Parts: sequence; structure tokens; C-alpha cells
Amino acid sequence: MKFLCVECDQQMAFAQRELPGDGTLAATFKCPKCGRVVAMLTNPMETQLVSSLGVEIGGRTVPAEPFEMLRANVVTGGPAWSGDAQERLARVPSFVRGMVKKIYADYARERGITEITPAIMDNARSELGLEGM
Amino acid sequence: MRTYHQLTDPDRSGLLDQIGAQRKRVAERLAGVRRIVTVMSGKGGVGKSYVTAHLARALARGGWGVGVLDADLNGPTIPGLLQAPPTAQPPAVGLDGVKCISMGQFLDAGAPLSFTGPAAESFVWRGAMEASALREFLGDVEWGTLDVLLVDLPPGMQRYIELCDILGNPPAVLTVTIPTPESRDAVRRAMRAAVDRGSELLGIVENMVGREFVGTAAQDLAEEFATPVLARIPWHPTPETWSQLAAQL
Repeated sequence: MKFLCVECDQQMAFAQRELPGDGTLAATFKCPKCGRVVAMLTNPMETQLVSSLGVEIGGRTVPAEPFEMLRANVVTGGPAWSGDAQERLARVPSFVRGMVKKIYADYARERGITEITPAIMDNARSELGLEGM
Repeated sequence: MRTYHQLTDPDRSGLLDQIGAQRKRVAERLAGVRRIVTVMSGKGGVGKSYVTAHLARALARGGWGVGVLDADLNGPTIPGLLQAPPTAQPPAVGLDGVKCISMGQFLDAGAPLSFTGPAAESFVWRGAMEASALREFLGDVEWGTLDVLLVDLPPGMQRYIELCDILGNPPAVLTVTIPTPESRDAVRRAMRAAVDRGSELLGIVENMVGREFVGTAAQDLAEEFATPVLARIPWHPTPETWSQLAAQL
């Protein structure tokens, strides 16, 4: 997508990007000759489509992190799990792992905890009487 | 008024460059992978994931470095078949040392794949989101050195086409069917699409042979596409069954 200042016959340059937080995007472009500024406003669906491609209007300012798109966009029902906590959860027998995970997630959610760590798991076991999980 | 291609000033967004960087990341990550093989049928319920997992294990037992990419984003089963534990940083390592990546590692147990974003008209962007997920599976997993990366495709051809686009080169294809004429007719379309894209057909695996499923799908397709029938897998295969299949790849 490019913008042309028809009057000056000049390609307009990207100037600024704003993400108001309501799913929309505002990007401004400026004519390098006459200084005219136009704004491109996208609705949430259009914004999501661009986001889905893993690209950023205005260019990247930091390198892409591994699984950046997935971690940002896949809906999970609970708090994040630290690597150590995931390793510990993996040692729980598979036939009860889902139930155990839910117990810890509910514990964290009720207390406003955003990341489950081994320490949080220890606290939950102690408070909820879950020895062995 | 000038048109798009006549505007050649540097573009700060560099969207095409960003896409190019994504492709480069995939190519660099897969540089240590000797061969990519997609397991496909174009049809559901023929046992692609089952064949993929057991073939991967047999290859690994034979000394190969093997990875499995579970491209069935909406119905991931590979971690379960390989008994691969969730890990903070994929790949997970399952039975016989097979490495794997799957959407199952990102989802809560029993939860469907759902993305944040506007719910209305989500079909507009969901396909792009799934293609990006596939790209991240290919570009963000530190596979290390692999002799083969098996890609377990979902039913249909969409994910295969996305894979071709992301890789730049069509991957080799291992086809799975069951013996019935209905399966043959559905799988034929998938094989035709693969040939049209330029994929090498490695051969056909006929799964669930015997009992209720009667037919000659594998033989029919083998003759039509001039590709071998690599294995006929019975309902209760043994490790030897899979080893014999692995030996043919």
C-alpha cells in the first residue's frame, strides 16, 4: 500500500502509527514536498488482517520474537506458565494433567496472578492441600 | 497519475521486506533439515497422524534425526501420539527421541483453537492467521540437524498450498489412503494438486487394510500416478510394519 500526493505527484512518506486500543489502527503519511498529511484508518477487521501476516505498518522497531504471533493472538483460558512450571506440570500423569492445570490456573486467576511459577504451585499446594500434584 | 509500481521511493513500512525477512528466517531455520516430507491425503479419517507418528518413530529407531510438524492446527494429535510433554520452548521431544511442534502445545487441554480479534467476519483474517502460525512453526523452532521433517497435514489442500508458498519449493509428498473407492476419489484430487504444484510423489501408504474397508485405492492411485505402494498397514501393525515402511524412504 502506497500513498500518492496527486497534486505534487510525490509518494507520501510514512510518518506515524497509532494503536488506540480498540482494535483500530491510524497511520499518517506526509507529502515530502507540500507537507500535506493524510491518515489511513483501518477498522478492527482490517487491522487484524495486517496483524495476521506478522508485519507492522511503519516497520519493525524490534526483531521478531519466536512464536510472537501465536503467543500474542492464540486465546488461552488462563495465566501464563513459566518454563519451570511447565516442566513440572509435564511430570504430572497425563490422565490428570488437565485437571491439575485447571486447579492451578483457577488458583492464580482468583488471586490476580498472571504467571504461574513453581513457587506459586508450591503455595497453591500448601493452601489447597494438593500434596503430590 | 502514476500507478503503484511507478512509485519507487523507499517505503518505511517495508511490508514486502518484512515478508522477505520472514521467508529468510524460515530458510535459515530449515537449513539443517535434510528433507521435508509432507504426509497428506486430502481426506480426513484415513490415519495420517497415526502413520506420521509411527513412521517418525521407526525412522528415529533406525538412527535418523526426525522432527514432526503437526500442521493440523485445529485438531492437533501428534503430541499425544508421541507422548511429547509440553515445553516452554519447542520442539518437544517424544517417544524414540522424535522432536515435534504442534498447536496442542499452545492450547489449554481440550480447548479449541481460537484467536483474539474481531469475532464478526473472522473468516477474513483467520486463514492468514493460520498460515502465519504455520510459518512460525517452520521458522521459530530450533530443530537443529534433522534427516527428515515430517509435516502432518490436515484434511483438505489449503495447508499444503500455504506450505508450498512459505517454503518456496514444493515439498515431497507421502500419500495416505484407506482402501475404499471413496477414499481413492478424494485422495486423487489431492495428489493431482500436489503434482500440479510440482511436488515429488514418494509413494502411497494404504492404511486400515482388511476388515470393513474393501477396495484397491492404493493400487489404483499407484498406477494412475506412476508411484509405488510403499506399505499396506493392517489394523494392528507391529513395530516391524513401520520399520519396513521406514526402510523404503
